[in-house]
Amino acid sequence: MPGGERTGPAGGGRSADRPPRPVRDGIGLGLAVGVSGVAFGAAAVSSGMTVWQACALSVLAFTGASQFALAGVIASGGSLLAGTAGAILLGSRNTLYGLRLAEVLRPRGLRRVPAALGVIDETTAITLAQPDPAAAKKAFTATFWCLYLTWNLATAGGALGAGRIGSPQAFGLDVVGPAAFLALIWPRLKSGRTERLVALAGVALALATTTVLPVGVPVILAATAALAGALAAPAGQGSPEVADCTSPEDPAR
Amino acid sequence: MTATWIAVLATAVGCYALKLAGLTVPQRILACQRVRRFAELVPVALLAALSAVQAATNGQAFDLDPARLAGLGAAVVALVLRAPFLVVIVVAAATAAALRAAGIS
Repeated sequence: MPGGERTGPAGGGRSADRPPRPVRDGIGLGLAVGVSGVAFGAAAVSSGMTVWQACALSVLAFTGASQFALAGVIASGGSLLAGTAGAILLGSRNTLYGLRLAEVLRPRGLRRVPAALGVIDETTAITLAQPDPAAAKKAFTATFWCLYLTWNLATAGGALGAGRIGSPQAFGLDVVGPAAFLALIWPRLKSGRTERLVALAGVALALATTTVLPVGVPVILAATAALAGALAAPAGQGSPEVADCTSPEDPAR
Repeated sequence: MTATWIAVLATAVGCYALKLAGLTVPQRILACQRVRRFAELVPVALLAALSAVQAATNGQAFDLDPARLAGLGAAVVALVLRAPFLVVIVVAAATAAALRAAGIS
């Protein structure tokens, strides 16, 4: 899904002496990840959204984790305000991806308007893996459009199909969200002790406050675990640039 | 316009604006290691919390559904075995569905 933290097939099956193939790799990843839009479409309609609302989210927001998050809050009957805030907060990492992609793609003026829609985990992973800016631009374009089309068609298919399923629970659709989120962060959990501690703290904070805070708010509260992790153990300690840091809590500025 | 439509459109606008911001703000923001680290850790914290909340609660109450928890456990096994994303999802859903079909839920 858009928002997945995997590198996918980008590096698979390539021998050392062959050049990277930005377009082929991008299309492969786009197809492989895009089809999981079926899961989102089904989950969204099961949560109570209409088919049009599910499709509008995939067309306009195009970032899987945020889309699943909003559907999850709606499914549990939670506050729409909290659900929206949580979904947007989940999209904040795309800002950081945009910062890094801008260094490579260097989009100018109005070209940034369509390019921005494609700033997600998968396009970032493939684009930054390319050896030069020309290949990076090809990789970004191929991944973005293939994933965008596949994700949206799959969303519509899943949304239309879900209406014909009697009970979503009978098909285990209620576990799709939790399993997808876990799969998305799995590579990060394996990569470092701080990541595992932050994840555990986030889970503990959210579960401990579930019975006392409005639905959706406990998940937002979990972001403080990330803030604590960043303040306690920043990567690249000792960098002179740390002194320039004036607003560590606001990456969207 | 219904409240759900407003939430859908607000989410879409917010998510797009955050993406566009990354392409337009000054590059020096990333020079700050703590900002970079926070951005890396935010999805870890939020997605872990979301996974737990959706698996173990319903509304403001805990809801420990055996089939759903078993499905999540099956997803963990699939991840440990390095299964691809879609396989993890299918294994989780199929496990929960099979247990419910067997009368466990």
